[in-house]
Amino acid sequence: MKKALIAQHERDNVATALADLTSGEEVLMDLGEGTCVVRVSQAIAFGHKFALQAIAAGQDVVKYGEVIGVATAEIAQGEHVHVQNVASKRGRGDLAQPKKEV
Amino acid sequence: MKIWGYKRANGTVGIRNHIVILPTSVCASETAVKISSQVEGSVALPHQHGCCQVGEDYQQTLRTLIGLGSNPNVAAVLVVGLGCEGIRPEEVAAAIRQTGKPVEMITIQGVGGTLKTVAKGVEIAGRMVREASLLSREEVDLSELILGIECGGSDATSGIAANPAVGVTSDLLIAAGGTAMLSETTELIGAEHILARRAINPAVAEKLFEIVQRTEQRAFDMGVDIRGSQPTPGNIEGGVTTIEEKSLGCIYKAGSAPIQGVLEYGELPAGKGFYVMDTPGEDIDSITGMLAGGAQIIIFTTGRGTPTGSPVAPVIKVTGNSKTYENMIDNIDINAGKIIDQGISLKESGQEIFAEMLQVCNGKMTKAEVLKHREFGIFRIGPTF
Repeated sequence: MKKALIAQHERDNVATALADLTSGEEVLMDLGEGTCVVRVSQAIAFGHKFALQAIAAGQDVVKYGEVIGVATAEIAQGEHVHVQNVASKRGRGDLAQPKKEV
Repeated sequence: MKIWGYKRANGTVGIRNHIVILPTSVCASETAVKISSQVEGSVALPHQHGCCQVGEDYQQTLRTLIGLGSNPNVAAVLVVGLGCEGIRPEEVAAAIRQTGKPVEMITIQGVGGTLKTVAKGVEIAGRMVREASLLSREEVDLSELILGIECGGSDATSGIAANPAVGVTSDLLIAAGGTAMLSETTELIGAEHILARRAINPAVAEKLFEIVQRTEQRAFDMGVDIRGSQPTPGNIEGGVTTIEEKSLGCIYKAGSAPIQGVLEYGELPAGKGFYVMDTPGEDIDSITGMLAGGAQIIIFTTGRGTPTGSPVAPVIKVTGNSKTYENMIDNIDINAGKIIDQGISLKESGQEIFAEMLQVCNGKMTKAEVLKHREFGIFRIGPTF
């Protein structure tokens, strides 16, 4: 089984693929001190992310141990996580009440 | 640790020995290029600005032109003006002259038309090049180096390979007593709270938040979603989803050194150590700002690949994506993608980049220099009137 994913931090709810993954593929991943096996439910291109657990719409998406955005739809475990289901919370001059995180 | 550089009159050290033909306005740019094309060892800095600018925007362009001419990699400067422009050629020349390097100034209206101005310019620049060619490198301390750190065409490998490796390189330079600058304020959005913990005092942390807020405010004032431009289409294709994710990956370039201060675009650091400069995410404008702030060398990480160089300083290109390294082998100097596909350590990669940096300081040509990539642009913060 190839080692092909990386989660930077134990708080992360997404991992990054270090190789192209086919739908249904199982891969080995470092998680904190140990490893775990994960299965992707979609094809995940090199460098792209998928969900380590189910993420609810409106829930923060966490990578590097930090919030990188908010889920805009229900995301199932193993699903591709990207612009189609994640929105940025910053630089949103399009929103009526701009959020400033300090 | 020592490098070989050119000691300038004001005590700064250059790692290159350029004669710069510096137009003070867009109107003088073509003429500057014509002069430089006839003088080996000279480089022109053509641009689109220098007239009909106001306020802070005017001051920033003025400061940048002066800073570029004052950069230690520049042996001498010929300032070329049209004669009537807003940025005064004599003011720019006088300011650069304070560094002690040879500076001369001509205007197209003063000399009388293209042909005579080019002839006069070639004569002056030619003399400057011959004089500069007598200068030799001397052994100097590595602490004289100011490194500008940049990233462009990022993808998901940037945050996990190239940027952390460059962070190691930066830490090595700081440990040797040198200076390094992080830039691209847009790409701090979402990660500024992490950087702020490294500020040496609350005032520095405050200034960091201020420059990020200033940049984000620009998007608010325009009523636009910053996702229209950041992350870029290439970032997105490469797996970067939001500006927060991009920024969190970007700040790895900054290593771990305490942040001594936050600089305005083109401002010189007050002392040695690690600084953050307020520049835009657009690579060329960003590099120009750091060069105006005295950086003699740039290390540039790229996931997707970019040929960008600069007229005044060598740009070392590093990628964390081995496919990109192969695809754009003409343009990329170091492959940090070995971290991902060969399992080399961040430390090893960072040391490889550091060793390359020393060689480039001492004269090794980067791929961007060899292919004459001299991208140049000045960041604007106001409209032209």
